[in-house]
Amino acid sequence: MLNNITLGQYYPVDSLVHRLDPRIKIVLTIVTLVAVFLVGTLAGYALILAFCLLVARLSNVPVRMLLKGIKPLRFILILTFFLNLFFTSGTELVHVGFVIITREGLRQAIHFSLRLVFLVMTTSLMTLTTSPIQLSDGMEMLFSPLKVIHFPAHELAMMMSIALRFIPTLMEETDKIMKAQKARGADFESGNLIQRAKSMIPLLVPLFVSAFRRAGDLALAMESRCYHGGEHRTRLRVLRITRMDYLACVAVAVLLALVILESRFIPKGLIL
Amino acid sequence: MKTERIRTEQVGFTYEEAKHPVLEDVSLKIHEGEFVAILGHNGSGKSTLAKLLNALYLPEKGDVFVCDMNTRDDQHLWDIRRNAGMIFQNPDNQIVATVVREDVAFGLENLGVEHDEMVRRVDEALNSVGMTDYADASPHTLSGGQKQRVAIAGVLAMEPRIIIADESTSMLDPLGRAEVMNTVRGLNRDKGISVVWITHYMEEAAMADRVIVVSDGKIELEGTPRQVFQQVDKLRKLHLDVPHMTALAAELREQGIPISDQVLTVDEMAEEVLRLVCPSN
Repeated sequence: MLNNITLGQYYPVDSLVHRLDPRIKIVLTIVTLVAVFLVGTLAGYALILAFCLLVARLSNVPVRMLLKGIKPLRFILILTFFLNLFFTSGTELVHVGFVIITREGLRQAIHFSLRLVFLVMTTSLMTLTTSPIQLSDGMEMLFSPLKVIHFPAHELAMMMSIALRFIPTLMEETDKIMKAQKARGADFESGNLIQRAKSMIPLLVPLFVSAFRRAGDLALAMESRCYHGGEHRTRLRVLRITRMDYLACVAVAVLLALVILESRFIPKGLIL
Repeated sequence: MKTERIRTEQVGFTYEEAKHPVLEDVSLKIHEGEFVAILGHNGSGKSTLAKLLNALYLPEKGDVFVCDMNTRDDQHLWDIRRNAGMIFQNPDNQIVATVVREDVAFGLENLGVEHDEMVRRVDEALNSVGMTDYADASPHTLSGGQKQRVAIAGVLAMEPRIIIADESTSMLDPLGRAEVMNTVRGLNRDKGISVVWITHYMEEAAMADRVIVVSDGKIELEGTPRQVFQQVDKLRKLHLDVPHMTALAAELREQGIPISDQVLTVDEMAEEVLRLVCPSN
């Protein structure tokens, strides 16, 4: 159970999209999210969908993985859809008993649901193609201007990277403690939810104790290797912006321009 | 006279909330290219001593000098830590990065070394410990011995003059232990890096140039491994074992067999026995 640990939802293959600079990817994802909000009609969503499928294709990530990201959202989607459908005032389309569906309600229901779907899809595209460590690198660089207002960009990225480093180690340890406690007769599987939560105590206590000891050791080791925060620090992993990054920027700019044109010139209500 | 690398002068240290000092009046010197083992049982203060040598702790009494820099001097803090690289006991708890190569670079990143120079030094350090093939591996996939070699590479990349190993083999299996010991031995021989090897394994101490025995925060014995291990009774009083072969030789001598008291290793014992059995050889 603890053997194949995948962190986040990163899909580890090599592709043009995977090789993009994480900073660029983060910024472009935000721009795409803005585009999603600007969409005026279904034609706009078709554009976004086409873009997502194109990126998915270029990144060698199966579309199935993209859809998987939407699955946990299904209840919220259904809720959003029906709330908007039934509780928006406007010109009536259907009136059965106390159920009133309006033209505006139908439009909003479809728009809000599609918006949610594409928000998740675009961000998934980023997290599927960017490893957590690259993400934290990108975040650090993007947030570094905020250091002037004492935003701990470097510290957050360092914490993230140490957390990633220790997840497999702590997983192994959990496994070991679990076996040790089972050998002493601990029962992790039976009983109701509360009983099972209680049975976790003999697992969690030693795990926490050891995590704190590890943290102490690691802090000492980092200090002995001259760690003194983010100032005057150089990096082995340097992020370089390549031609592909510029191309990606152009592609997203084109998408944004098309969406703006669409929202301006196709009258609302024509194709919803 | 060889250059002095580390000098401690009547160092004393007490942990907060502790009643008794862990170290009292410890004075020692470590020279260029020397391999010194510091031997002691649990709680003897040997790990505290290690942390004093790299300015992780500051002495309560006395002074510690690393390459003629006082560890009390804040100005030299990073120079001291760069020059006296430290390897710890738990291989897992000293690896910071998620990739071997990046972990080796960690110290260099902290020192602000230029990128190209960093790449060169990382490759060189990985090569020196024989871990080049694992440069892109995740640390958690490595064995204990390999992890310790990565930690050594991390220290080595900073081009230290002294390596302090604080019980760095105590969590490893015999193979890993030999692997780490040989790596450090090689660096000591080939690059002339001084080594302070803190351990409670007699067999490891026997390979050092000089052995310092610490007990209850004081230096009890000092000398070459042969001089130290001859004193079987004194070592036993300090709750320390002597190497198995030395112990065997001592018992054989008690039985009246005229075996040398200089025996440390199995090979030497074999030779001694051979000499007694057929003197003509």
